[in-house]
Amino acid sequence: METEWPGRWDHIQKILLRTGPFAHPSFEPSPEVLSFLKETCKILVIGAGGLGCELLKDLALMGFRDIHVIDMDTIDVSNLNRQFLFRAKDVGKAKADVAAAFINTRIPGAKVTPHFAKIQDFDEDFYRDFHIVVCGLDSIIARRWINGMLISMLKYENGALDQSSVIPMVDGGTEGFKGNARVILPGITACVECTLGLYPPQVNFPLCTIAHTPRLPEHCIEFVRILLWPKEEPFGAGVAIDGDDPNHIKWILEKSQERASQYNISGVNYRLTQGVVKRIMPAVASTNAVISAVCATEVFKLATSCCLPLNNYMNFNDTKGVYTYTFEAEKSEGCLACSDRPQVLNFTETDKLQDIINHLQENATYQMKSPGVTTSMDGKNKTLYMQTVKSIEEKTRENLKKSLKELGLMDKQELYVADVTTPNTLTFQLQLGTKMENS
Amino acid sequence: MRRTKGPVLIVYKMAATLNKGTGLDKNNKYDRQLRLWGDHGQAALESSRVCLINASATGTEILKNLVLPGIGSFTIVDSCKVKGEDVGINFFLTVDSIGKSRAQVATELLSELNEDVAGDFLEEDVDDLLEKNPSFFSTFTTVIATQLPEKTLLHLGKVLWERNIPLIVCRCYGFIGYLRMVIKEHTIVESHPDNTHEDLRLDRPFKGLHEFCDSLDLNSMNKKDHSHTPWLVLLYKYLDIWKNMNGGKIPSTYKEKTALKELIKEGVRRNAEGVPDDEENFEEAIRSVNSSLHATAVPAEIQALFEDPCCLNLNTDSKNFWVMVRALKEFTENEGQGLLPLRGSIPDMTSDSERYIQLQTVYRDQAEIDATAVAGHVHALLHNIGREEPLNPDRTKKPGTLSDSEIRTFCRNAAFLTVLRCRSLEEEYTTETANLEELGQHILEEEEDANSDSDDTVLYILLRAADRFFTEYNRYPSYFDDTLDADIPKLKACLSKLLHDWGLTAGVKDDYVHEICRYGASELHTVAAFMGGVAAQEVIKVVTGQFVPINNTFIYNAQKQTSTTIIL
Repeated sequence: METEWPGRWDHIQKILLRTGPFAHPSFEPSPEVLSFLKETCKILVIGAGGLGCELLKDLALMGFRDIHVIDMDTIDVSNLNRQFLFRAKDVGKAKADVAAAFINTRIPGAKVTPHFAKIQDFDEDFYRDFHIVVCGLDSIIARRWINGMLISMLKYENGALDQSSVIPMVDGGTEGFKGNARVILPGITACVECTLGLYPPQVNFPLCTIAHTPRLPEHCIEFVRILLWPKEEPFGAGVAIDGDDPNHIKWILEKSQERASQYNISGVNYRLTQGVVKRIMPAVASTNAVISAVCATEVFKLATSCCLPLNNYMNFNDTKGVYTYTFEAEKSEGCLACSDRPQVLNFTETDKLQDIINHLQENATYQMKSPGVTTSMDGKNKTLYMQTVKSIEEKTRENLKKSLKELGLMDKQELYVADVTTPNTLTFQLQLGTKMENS
Repeated sequence: MRRTKGPVLIVYKMAATLNKGTGLDKNNKYDRQLRLWGDHGQAALESSRVCLINASATGTEILKNLVLPGIGSFTIVDSCKVKGEDVGINFFLTVDSIGKSRAQVATELLSELNEDVAGDFLEEDVDDLLEKNPSFFSTFTTVIATQLPEKTLLHLGKVLWERNIPLIVCRCYGFIGYLRMVIKEHTIVESHPDNTHEDLRLDRPFKGLHEFCDSLDLNSMNKKDHSHTPWLVLLYKYLDIWKNMNGGKIPSTYKEKTALKELIKEGVRRNAEGVPDDEENFEEAIRSVNSSLHATAVPAEIQALFEDPCCLNLNTDSKNFWVMVRALKEFTENEGQGLLPLRGSIPDMTSDSERYIQLQTVYRDQAEIDATAVAGHVHALLHNIGREEPLNPDRTKKPGTLSDSEIRTFCRNAAFLTVLRCRSLEEEYTTETANLEELGQHILEEEEDANSDSDDTVLYILLRAADRFFTEYNRYPSYFDDTLDADIPKLKACLSKLLHDWGLTAGVKDDYVHEICRYGASELHTVAAFMGGVAAQEVIKVVTGQFVPINNTFIYNAQKQTSTTIIL
């Protein structure tokens, strides 16, 4: 397939072969800028879904060729209303594979390499190869993880950041008609952890409402999902709910309707049931197109310096007219990921280990999912609690109820915390005070 | 007959044949968007017929975002042959299609996206079409025009304005995106506002609410019932006490509201030691004082609709929307006693299931009574203007009449009704009627405040200057490399003439002129993709009658990632 033809680069070259008053100060128009895009620049796209499909198209048409894409998902029918690289015949196949093949066929010269995998399957050596990372993810955990990875790869010399170790991260997110895009220069501008508060907290109904005083159709569905399913195990012992299995949804729907009618609650239907069980976010092609386009434009700016990159956050909403808001998110001085400030946990001797776990999960700046805590005692590593491995969880569960004193933890003791939200183990210093000091 | 002459109108109707084969359930395929605009929004989308003028990158990106969610059909009008530079920026053209009809190639590749959408094309010059067969456009729900020169655009605008067909103009020029909505009148029932007050009527309680709240006695309740009484009931009761103490007045000042909160706080049960119980419903009631005691009234926007000539002068051809607005007005002046029909929903709150559902039913029942009253007015009005109401037992709707469910939806959204009336392109482009005040204001701000984050209105003025350049030289400024520098003073001259014609004395910084020349009328794919998303969403708004479209000009600045909306 011919990869060059007359006119192929006419539009882009106007920007790259000419300079203007708004160009980046370091920009020098030259044919080498395009050559860099085509021959050298290596981009990683994380996610081949609603945003990912758009990103691949956008980047490939803007001149990028060496693009890798990671996605662990397979194609579902409900993707087809926006993930335009997939057809009905592709349902069930790996998103990354199908998306890469489509782009490589449609756009001459594009060399998209797919990875049907999780981001956690790759290490520093893999990520170091890329010039820029672009994320089109629906998971906050994955965003935090890759953010942590890029920050952990920064190099400092005599306290000064080695600029060549910085891999910019461009991140987009959408929900319905709302979206945002941001540019993160790890170590330099605000990172994902600096601005955790920008994500809306996940809404969970109190268990007592679900169990005893349901009022909304959602309460009835959550009752079946959380309490009834494990009790009745309708599809066999140990079978977890599969939100994509219509039989599972149908069973939950029927049981939810039974419960709803007991309480005279109306509104339980299939769509709502599936929405609650799978925590479905509404999505449309248009918002994904908008946000991906912003991200791809920013990647193009970062790679070419043709003009200044977004500094550093843009919000978008087109429910009423079109509203955009662009601002500079600020670095958090005590950021868990990108500051070198030691993290301190203030507790008292009589507090329980469970209190520390709760704190790590509930505190707005940590928002961990299932933190595991270890420490060093008498020169040996000691696991205080670990949730993710069943056998260790059982062995360490007792510790949760013990006080910090009973566990032998001292003032200034270091605690090492691992969680799915970060690729690295985080070090916290325990400060033990009395109740008075802490209140 | 839609065709004027020669070129064949080929319809890619894979829909009817193929879809049966794959058997994709639309409920599954469209699940993620049905959660946004509902089955009725989807039905409206599927019956829409969209016309795209020019299969530019901007144009195909817009259509992509319309074919995916499933518009009924699209037609591309484009007389160009595919060029190498087109393929470089357009995902729906291929390198082996260079020299072929751009309309045809784009139609084929866009049709692959969704088997339920019919695509066709017309390889014909728009100017010719407007000249010889302007009624061609009458069959469309919406027309989208991309990358058109000014002269053609104004002609198209006139033809569509006369025929009352919504036009969406979209254009990408370097790092600038431009969109203009041209719709005579667009009425919206479901505007889906983001943040709204609940319609609880605590200041004007209706009979059912009185009866329900009065039937509950807090003092005689056991502990569990006391702490599970919905805050709405608590607020009703303490408000009653307050009113009795304050001559029937509702607390309006900060001080008065604080006093009411104190009153509620005193109602929290105490244990034997006098320590207050943990009663979440009381906390909720206190928190709700500020947000729930605003005076219920007909919003000014809705009052304005009541005085609109379209509402006051109904006739046989009146839109259903205006018939319902008139019915709403009559309801408000009669049964409603100055208020809109009750919305009929309440927020979730701490409560036992039984009393929450009872309370919910109280609101629903009143909403139903109100909607029935509105329906009575609707049917009387329809009768008066000679449009009979549906009489057949299965309630199938006749055209021009209204179903009960439509009237209910209307009542639920009565406080959020929106009417959009855009100015015509002719008004914008005629110096006497142009919104020069707005433009002058922006230039002045731009000039005076060099450091502030100027808004992007100046980019509109630059685009108009580039159009003037095109009219004069038959090319866009610095389109060719060899006139890159020579065109800069020429564009400056065009800009001066434009400003002079507008009677504006303030100037535009030279930097912008240079930047426009740098762009050289290039169309960047990512800018086209951004505008493709924005414009498609505007089409969806127009077609579904849900959400609120742009009024009327949107400018996107991809350099700064900012945007602005102005009425021109």
